[in-house]
Amino acid sequence: MFTSIKRIFKSGWQSFSRDGDIAAANIFIMTMTILLATSLFLFKDISQILISAIREKADISVYFKTAAQEEDILNIQGELSKIPEVKDVEYVSKEKALEDFIQRHKDNQVLMGSLEEVGGNPFLAALNVRAFEASQYQAVVNFLDATLEPVYQNLIEKVDYYQRKPVIERIFALTSGAGKVGISLSIVLAIVAILVAFNTIRLAILNQAEEIKIQRLVGASNWFIRGPFLVQGAISGIISTLISLLIFALICWFLGPKIEFLFSGLNVWKFFTGNFFTIILIQLSTGILLGAISSSIAIRKYLKV
Amino acid sequence: MIKFQEVTKIFPTNSPNGYPTTALDNISFEIKPKEFVSIVGRSGAGKTTLLRLLMAEEKPTRGQVFIDGLDIHKIKPGKLPAVRRRIGAVFQDYKLLPSKTAYENVAYVMEVIGADDLEIARDVPEVIEIVGLTERTNNFPVELSGGEKQRLSIARALIHRPEVILADEPTGNLDPYNTSDIIRLLLKIHELGTTVVLSTHNKEIINKLGKRVITLENGKIIRDEEEGRFIL
Repeated sequence: MFTSIKRIFKSGWQSFSRDGDIAAANIFIMTMTILLATSLFLFKDISQILISAIREKADISVYFKTAAQEEDILNIQGELSKIPEVKDVEYVSKEKALEDFIQRHKDNQVLMGSLEEVGGNPFLAALNVRAFEASQYQAVVNFLDATLEPVYQNLIEKVDYYQRKPVIERIFALTSGAGKVGISLSIVLAIVAILVAFNTIRLAILNQAEEIKIQRLVGASNWFIRGPFLVQGAISGIISTLISLLIFALICWFLGPKIEFLFSGLNVWKFFTGNFFTIILIQLSTGILLGAISSSIAIRKYLKV
Repeated sequence: MIKFQEVTKIFPTNSPNGYPTTALDNISFEIKPKEFVSIVGRSGAGKTTLLRLLMAEEKPTRGQVFIDGLDIHKIKPGKLPAVRRRIGAVFQDYKLLPSKTAYENVAYVMEVIGADDLEIARDVPEVIEIVGLTERTNNFPVELSGGEKQRLSIARALIHRPEVILADEPTGNLDPYNTSDIIRLLLKIHELGTTVVLSTHNKEIINKLGKRVITLENGKIIRDEEEGRFIL
C-alpha cells in the first residue's frame, strides 16, 4: 500500500516535471481562476463595507423643543433603542449640534455671519435614529406618534422622516441592488473560470489518452493510473496558489494606501493580512480541488478500456 | 489454457458503407499451456480483433473467451487488471509510454504488479540486457529506432514472467534484420515455458517456424494445423 502511494506520488511529480509546457498552461489558467475566486471574496467583503458605510448615512432625526430636558430626551432614546427595528440611536445635544455646524462650515463666511446675526444657539437637541432597513423607519415614526407617552410626545418639535423618506429608500434600493448584481456577476464569473480551468485540464489529459489506454492494457488498476494525474493536478493547484498569493499580496500592498485615500476606512492591505488564513484556505482549496477534480472527471472515460 | 467458444464479433457501423462488419464469425479453438500458436490471415481477416478479445479490450457480440476456465468478459471491471497481468502484450505500434524512459517503461509493469524496489532494480536491467538495449536504458521511446522500440516492448511484455505472450503483428513495421531478431526473442521466451500467440501475415516467418498455425479468412477459421504453413 505504502509502496503504491509512494509510486503514485513519484509518477505524478515525474509527469508534472517532464510535461513542462502543459503544466505551465495549467498553472497559468488555474492562477487566473484562483485570483478571480480571491477577488470575489474580497469584492464581497469590501462591497459590504461600502454598502454599510453608505447605509450609515441614511437616518432620521427627531428634533426636540427648546424646553425639553436632556434627561427626558435620554429616556426617549432608551425607549427607541428597545424597538427591534432600530439599529442605533445617537443623541446630539444643542451644544454638540452648534459645535458640529461651526466645525463643518467654519470656512463659509456667509453661514458664519448668519449664525452671528441670529445670536445664541439656534439649534435643537436631536436623536438620530438608524434602522436596519429603509422600510423600518415607518415603524419608528409610528412608535413616536402612537406608542410613546403623551408627555414625551409633546417634547418633540418635528421628525424629518417625510422629507428624507425618498432619499433613504433610494439609498437602500441602490445598495441592495448593487449587492445582488455583485453576487450574480460573481457566480457567473466563477462558473466561467471553473469551466475554463476544467477544459484546459481536460485537453491536457486528452493528450495522454493513449498513454492511459496502454497503462490499462499492461494491467494497471484504475487508482494506479488515476493517482498520478490527481497528484499532478494538486501540484499545479499548489503552485498556482503560491503565485496567486504573491500577486495578491503585491496588489493589496501597492494599492492599499491609494484605495484608503479614496474610501476612508477601507484598507485592502489590512484586510488581506487580517484575512490571510481565509484567503490561503480559499486559494488552496480552489487550486487543489479544481486540479484534482478536473483531472479525475477528465480521466474517467479513458479508464473504460 | 485459452479457449474461444463460438465467438462472434460484429462492429455495428465500422465499415465504410455504414453496414455492420462481422470481424469474427462463430470461431472456436483452444490453446494449450506452453504452446506457440500463430494466427495468420490477410489484413481484415480478424487477427487483431481476436487478440483484442483475448486482452478484454473488446467484448464479443456472442460466445465466450476463457483463460484457465475464467470467462474474461464476465468478470467485474475491477478484476480485469489481475487478468491482464497474466498476459504480456506486444503490439505492431509498440504502445510504449512516451513520457517514460526505456527503463521506466519496463519497470512500470513491475510497479503495477506490486514488485518491491529491489526486485525492480535487479530484474529490469537484466531483461533490458536480454533484448540488447542496455545502451538505451535512459532513452525515451521517441529516441529509439523501430526495431529497438519493438525489443523494448518485448522486454516490457516478459518482465513479469507472464503465462501468455500475445504478439499482434510485432514485425509489421520492421525490416528483415529486425524481424528475425524479434522472432528469435519470441522463440526464446517460448522455450522458457511461456505460451506465445503470434499474429502475423508474414509468410516467411510462418513457414520457418514449423509451429501450430490457425488461418483466418473473413472472420472464420479455415485451417488449424500443427506444424502448419502459410497458405492463403
